[in-house]
Amino acid sequence: MTNIRTTLLAAAAGLVAITSFAAPAQAQRDPAYAAARANGSIGEQTDGYIGIVGTATAALQDMVNDINIRRRAVYTQRSQQAQNRSTIEEYALTAGCQAILRTVPGEKYQAPDGSWQTRTTAEPQRLAICP
Amino acid sequence: MTELNLTQICAAATNDKNLGRGREVKRFWAKAGMLMMGAVMVPGCINIAAPEEPIVIQLDINIRAEVLYRLAEDASNTIDENADIF
Repeated sequence: MTNIRTTLLAAAAGLVAITSFAAPAQAQRDPAYAAARANGSIGEQTDGYIGIVGTATAALQDMVNDINIRRRAVYTQRSQQAQNRSTIEEYALTAGCQAILRTVPGEKYQAPDGSWQTRTTAEPQRLAICP
Repeated sequence: MTELNLTQICAAATNDKNLGRGREVKRFWAKAGMLMMGAVMVPGCINIAAPEEPIVIQLDINIRAEVLYRLAEDASNTIDENADIF
């Protein structure tokens, strides 16, 4: 009986451990990333990735590459799921449509013509095929 | 007439894709024939413009937009679940 109880306790502890380990996956933005978004040095591109708006510094480029590689990994995984069945580019473009819509006033985003725009309270300019 | 030649190639197709295209081509030539008849009836009107390209592009956009609509909800969840990189 005590054995079962110990096992259950261990299982519960394991669950707690897993949950606490899984939590950082849904963590907030890295402070450097959040700051770069806020000050407009990076912006949301129409293709679902982020880009550098002004002049690129090594640190900024590293951060953008890191974010974009992680985004592409997510796009790859999700686009291959049975219910999605699309190309990575299609999935990325869809996410880009949504990411631009979710920018907050002051942040930069790419308009369909390729130019960088500052988000205002008005609806952002998006590709005509955006859902 | 080169038109006859094209119709023959399409008629010889065996797979669905080519058969479908063949049907389109048939429809196209039916339209072209009607246009030709119209041209014959109106003296002096000889030009027959058959722009196929724009129609193809339009279809392409429709299909892609459909894909995006299908993916929209999942993409939205993806952004929520990966808040650190979006």
